[in-house]
Amino acid sequence: MSDVIIQGTSTAHTHDAHGGHHGHEHHEQHFITKYIFSQDHKIIGKQFLITGIIWAIIGALMSVFFRLQLGFPNETFPIMEKFLGEWAKGGKLNPEFYYALVTMHGTILVFFVLTAGLSGTFANLLIPLQIGARDMASPFMNMLSYWFFFISSVFMFVSLFIQTGPASGGWTTYPPLSALKEASMGSGLGMDLWLISMALFVVSSLLGGLNYISTILNMRTKGMTMTRMPLTIWALFFTAVLGVLSFPVLFSGFVLLIFDRNFGTSFYLSEIFIGGKALSHIGGSAILYQHLFWFLGHPEVYIIMLPGMGMASEVLSNHSRKPIFGYTAMIISLIGITVLAFVVWAHHMFVTGMSPFLGSIFVLLTLLIAVPSAVKVFNWLTTMWKGNIRFTVPMMFAIGFVSLFISGGLTGLFLGNSALDIHLHDTYFVVAHFHIVMGVSAFFGMFAGIYHWFPKMFGRFMNNTLGYIHFFITLAGAYLIFWPMHYEGIAGMPRRYYDYSAWESFKNFESLNSFISIAAILVFFAQLIFVVNFFVSIFRGRKMTTQNPWGSPTLEWTTPINPGHGNWEGDIPEVYRWPYDYKDDGNGNDFISQTTPLKPGEEAH
Amino acid sequence: MSQATTAETKVWGGGRSPFNVSYGKMMMWFFLLSDAFTFSAFLISYGTKRFFSEVWPDANSVFHAFPFMGHADLPLLFVSLMTFILIMSSVTMVLAVHCGHYGDRQGVTKWLLWTIVGGICFLSCQAWEWTHLAHQTGGLWGTFVDPATPVDKFEHFFKHGTITAANTTAALEASHSFYNYFFTITGFHGGHVASGVVLLIMALINTVNGTYDNRGHYEMIEKVGLYWHFVDLVWVFVFTCFYLL
Repeated sequence: MSDVIIQGTSTAHTHDAHGGHHGHEHHEQHFITKYIFSQDHKIIGKQFLITGIIWAIIGALMSVFFRLQLGFPNETFPIMEKFLGEWAKGGKLNPEFYYALVTMHGTILVFFVLTAGLSGTFANLLIPLQIGARDMASPFMNMLSYWFFFISSVFMFVSLFIQTGPASGGWTTYPPLSALKEASMGSGLGMDLWLISMALFVVSSLLGGLNYISTILNMRTKGMTMTRMPLTIWALFFTAVLGVLSFPVLFSGFVLLIFDRNFGTSFYLSEIFIGGKALSHIGGSAILYQHLFWFLGHPEVYIIMLPGMGMASEVLSNHSRKPIFGYTAMIISLIGITVLAFVVWAHHMFVTGMSPFLGSIFVLLTLLIAVPSAVKVFNWLTTMWKGNIRFTVPMMFAIGFVSLFISGGLTGLFLGNSALDIHLHDTYFVVAHFHIVMGVSAFFGMFAGIYHWFPKMFGRFMNNTLGYIHFFITLAGAYLIFWPMHYEGIAGMPRRYYDYSAWESFKNFESLNSFISIAAILVFFAQLIFVVNFFVSIFRGRKMTTQNPWGSPTLEWTTPINPGHGNWEGDIPEVYRWPYDYKDDGNGNDFISQTTPLKPGEEAH
Repeated sequence: MSQATTAETKVWGGGRSPFNVSYGKMMMWFFLLSDAFTFSAFLISYGTKRFFSEVWPDANSVFHAFPFMGHADLPLLFVSLMTFILIMSSVTMVLAVHCGHYGDRQGVTKWLLWTIVGGICFLSCQAWEWTHLAHQTGGLWGTFVDPATPVDKFEHFFKHGTITAANTTAALEASHSFYNYFFTITGFHGGHVASGVVLLIMALINTVNGTYDNRGHYEMIEKVGLYWHFVDLVWVFVFTCFYLL
């Protein structure tokens, strides 16, 4: 192996040549190539973000509908009929459609918003900008990644409008409910569309992930060693690794499910009777699907969490005007989480009748994740400790992220114990746990990122006042919604029931359920404040006047205010120091950009 | 300046690929890793089913036919031929990559052609084997589900004399699962071979048109080669799991 610098746009060697090319980037591009079929990573990031926002509104609106049912089981809401038509005749939600709404709410939020909308947005936006690259390794595949996501979205969206309704077997689509077309209304065409959509989603995620990994490894600018990369990039790197290694297993699971549905195989189906008639399936195991699903499903949790962790690290350090505490420990804990993510999946399956001995191994491995998670939490807290904190909107959301991550993470310790899980499994305790930790907390990481990098995306700021209102209502609301659910869960209230007033043991939660529903609806409207703020600010927001409004040492703020395709005019800057150099630069600034060479006698971090 | 030069000599210092590979090859490696997980998931699912079954079809009894040989008992001979063809096509692929390193367009063309021939031969063999088995079982997927199936329809898949009245139900179930997994997994592998052949044909067209000569390198041949060897390697595992173990 000679030490040659290899060919391609990926190396610094060719940057000079390309500098000239990108110099005259001002020629008019057609609208379609510039904004629709764009190969510019920044535009693709915005496409992911806006598609994600639209999905988030749809998914959240669904939760409003089923919260109305859960909170007020005896009332009718004629407005629901306006939205849902036949499914809410007379303003009363149809029980079949209640399941469909819960299923779609989960699928949409987990995959379309917090996977594609989150890592799709920020991996695309930040990777080239923060490592110093003109674009992704393969801009074309990057574009395909978005468009596969788009087609996948279309299929899922269409499934909402078909006569038998969308898939309704829960977002995990366990067989036999999902494998037998006659099992429920949503198990027919709705489930077919769900599978097609998710298969396309896997392709999108794979195309994106391969790109993120090779871009980070191959295209760092001169001087950008791995340990000079911002933690956002480390986090997005491991997110991509998790996706590339876990989604294919889900894909295998889907292939077997498709065969069971359409070709008479029995991978997941054992002897089943419907209406007294034996089905022609023998010898399969429904548990097999659960193993294949959760081998993705658990890493998926970290696919959702890691980008938020990375962005919170960045935002907390920046707005505390202090270097991140324990940079190396942060990286090692990310590695730890990534590795452990692959060996804990069966903790979702403690009650499937698995061997208690095997269960105890999964308990041990699951609880081990508390170690890297705690390392990260302590590092965030110590980063803020004695910092010169600026309570900007992104900072508020990053602090909220840490708060929610602690609250939601601690209940994970309860659920990770197989003995406790037997009682808590499939109760509202689980609902509360994962909504706080991978729902709201991940959303807070995302909001921190959006408010922080909005100026980089659109050259304008979002409105601060609306941002603070959004933050306080959402934080308070999140705790008001999900805190009471812990009590309901400990009391044994199962999830996915349509009407709890029919059960003697859960009747006493009626007013609590109404309270949760009211809080959920208020929080939904608070999110609309964000949506309005976001879209209005794109056109009307306060204009950015300086390149580096947050005083950040990282590379993305060395680009022009509205960077063209290629990001930097002229050469890509070289990097000389780590990304958290918050210290006196001798000119009255409290940070030193990564592009500033070390002073004589100055030691690198 | 001194810092810049030290950064350049460091493998992970940025401004170069730490592995000395282009992004395309790196993507291919990671894609193959990802695809390996897909196949592993299939084979592990198959393995668990087989492990928990009381009886399992015997490869020597299932795969013993050879085209135009009538009822001659030739266990595993045909699949050995298929495996030999696929491995030979990997050899010709290596030769194509090798010629590519020297920019030898004619050599690349020749060896790519042989690889394509090998791939198509393998697929044809698989088509014959599938047809033959489907003829034996009465369909591809979803066979042997009727509990009333007479035992002589499936006892010949098992080692002679192992099927008794006590395990006919288990044997029926095992036959059902065996063929379901066999057709799904070899089918998924065959699909990979077929897309490999398509990639090879595209590479061949580009070679003949001189696209790679104009580009100055034959890296695309290497990338397709990586994929082809991977598909070959997967076959070794599929072959082991279904025919040898």
